[in-house]
Amino acid sequence: MQLTDDDVKKIAHLARLNISHEDIHFYAEKLSDIFTFIEIINSVPTDHVEPMSHPISADLHLRSDHVTEIDQHQKYQRNSAQVQSGLYLVPQVIE
Amino acid sequence: MHYLTLKRLSDDLHSKKISSVELTQHYLNRINELNPTFNAFVTVCEEQALKQAKAADIRLKNGTAGVLTGLPIAQKDIFCTDGVKTSCGSKMLDNFIAPYNATIVEKCNQAGMVMLGKTNMDEFAMGSSNETSYYGTVRNPYDLERVAGGSSGGSAAAVAGGLAPIATGTDTGGSIRQPSSLCNLTGIKPTYGRVSRFGMIAFASSLDQGGPMARTAEDAALFLNAIAGFDEKDSTSAKQAVPDFTQTLNHSLKGVRIGLPKEYLQDNLPAELAPIIENTIKLYESMGVTFQEISLPHTKMSMSAYYVIAPAECSSNLARFDGIRFGYRTEHASNLEELYKNSRSEGFGLEVKRRILIGTYVLSSGYFDAFYLKAQKARRLIANDFQHAFQEVDALLCPSSPGIAFKIGEKTKDPVSMYLSDIYNVAVNLAGLPALSMPGGFYNKMPLGLQLIGNLFNESLLLNLAHQYQLQTNWHTMSPEDL
Repeated sequence: MQLTDDDVKKIAHLARLNISHEDIHFYAEKLSDIFTFIEIINSVPTDHVEPMSHPISADLHLRSDHVTEIDQHQKYQRNSAQVQSGLYLVPQVIE
Repeated sequence: MHYLTLKRLSDDLHSKKISSVELTQHYLNRINELNPTFNAFVTVCEEQALKQAKAADIRLKNGTAGVLTGLPIAQKDIFCTDGVKTSCGSKMLDNFIAPYNATIVEKCNQAGMVMLGKTNMDEFAMGSSNETSYYGTVRNPYDLERVAGGSSGGSAAAVAGGLAPIATGTDTGGSIRQPSSLCNLTGIKPTYGRVSRFGMIAFASSLDQGGPMARTAEDAALFLNAIAGFDEKDSTSAKQAVPDFTQTLNHSLKGVRIGLPKEYLQDNLPAELAPIIENTIKLYESMGVTFQEISLPHTKMSMSAYYVIAPAECSSNLARFDGIRFGYRTEHASNLEELYKNSRSEGFGLEVKRRILIGTYVLSSGYFDAFYLKAQKARRLIANDFQHAFQEVDALLCPSSPGIAFKIGEKTKDPVSMYLSDIYNVAVNLAGLPALSMPGGFYNKMPLGLQLIGNLFNESLLLNLAHQYQLQTNWHTMSPEDL
């Protein structure tokens, strides 16, 4: 299966990645190899097979809804590059 | 001393032959001396380790110590460690100081273990050779020109090289078993849900599972006892009773039935692995184990299904890295979209980007049914194959990896050939099963591993089988200095 340079540009945008102009073709080539290898999956019929999204069939459990954490926003925000007055800073989004 | 088992070191600590501070200092000295060669650790926690060792010595003195108290451990840098850098092998998290402990780390702390440091790994656990790490390739202590495997390559090299007596690993598609195989260790990927994933940075959430990388099955059992169990903080954690894995190590193997999957053992089995499998069968037969050929007919789909499902989950999980709340942030952005795109493009390495692109493609409109849904259906068929097999046998035997460790750089230009180094591993993750890799012999002075696969939540049998094998063989006692 062949991916074109335009395919790579489109999925890179969906994934919010920049792929430089020089690298687009390299990615298209390697991804085409990988999809050729992935296509083996089509060699076996899977009609009427129930998809399996998770290895354990048991229902996921829920915690009871009560407060377990104390407010530690300052600690958590130490990992952000730009914080001011407890708020994360980003480039202006509203004119 | 640095090649002694965890069990032996525990006995020595409890009989006061050595203190935890002395033991810890010994390993710290080894790390200082040899880590520049192996590149196994990305962070060494000298001060914190000695503090933990002192606290452990107090517990050992006042009689409140458990079996693991005072024993040093290396943590894979995928596990969040409060106040300590947790990089996941990525430039994206090079500046990330985890604000909390992963449940595995918390359980090690409660047991009184001493964290020597954080081990190198493929970036976000995406790789089979540790060559995708932002911090450089890990070198195999058995041959410095060869890889230590991946993604838990730093953990493997740390234990194999005598820089730690045990380490944690994580296994999404072989990342505990393949490096264990290449570095002569006993590593177990527990059943999905057996060990909490809380605080373990996610790659593919329906496949990831943490576990021990040890010298022996007995050590792996001791450590698995400490980390297994239900965790309220992980919604996929299994509400299953956890047995004492050390209690069944010496059970008789008489009547145990092992299946030999013909798809793994007939087609393309590398020549160096055939005699190792044959000798293992003979040895187990002498202990009363019976063997029969079984078939896993959908094996040929497993690599393809895995390389749809794992990247799909990766692309979703790694969407959280936006350059805003934590992780790398670009200095070149005039609007929000540029901030996202530049931070992610500058922060992620080539293999991670490649997998995000694969995952984005298979989840995108128009391709979801053809790839993602198809792979989930294939996953069901693969899991069913194993369940059919376990109606006839108790465990399966096959290699852990297709050969000895390959040369550094040998497969980096060809991603498909790199992916195929996990050919014996990925089906187990798709099915959620436990599987163990143990030392099975040497070829050209390099270790080769054997893999035992068990039914869901039957880690006990795998550890029992491996322990009995290790009572009769000495491969697991070999160190790089013996060769």
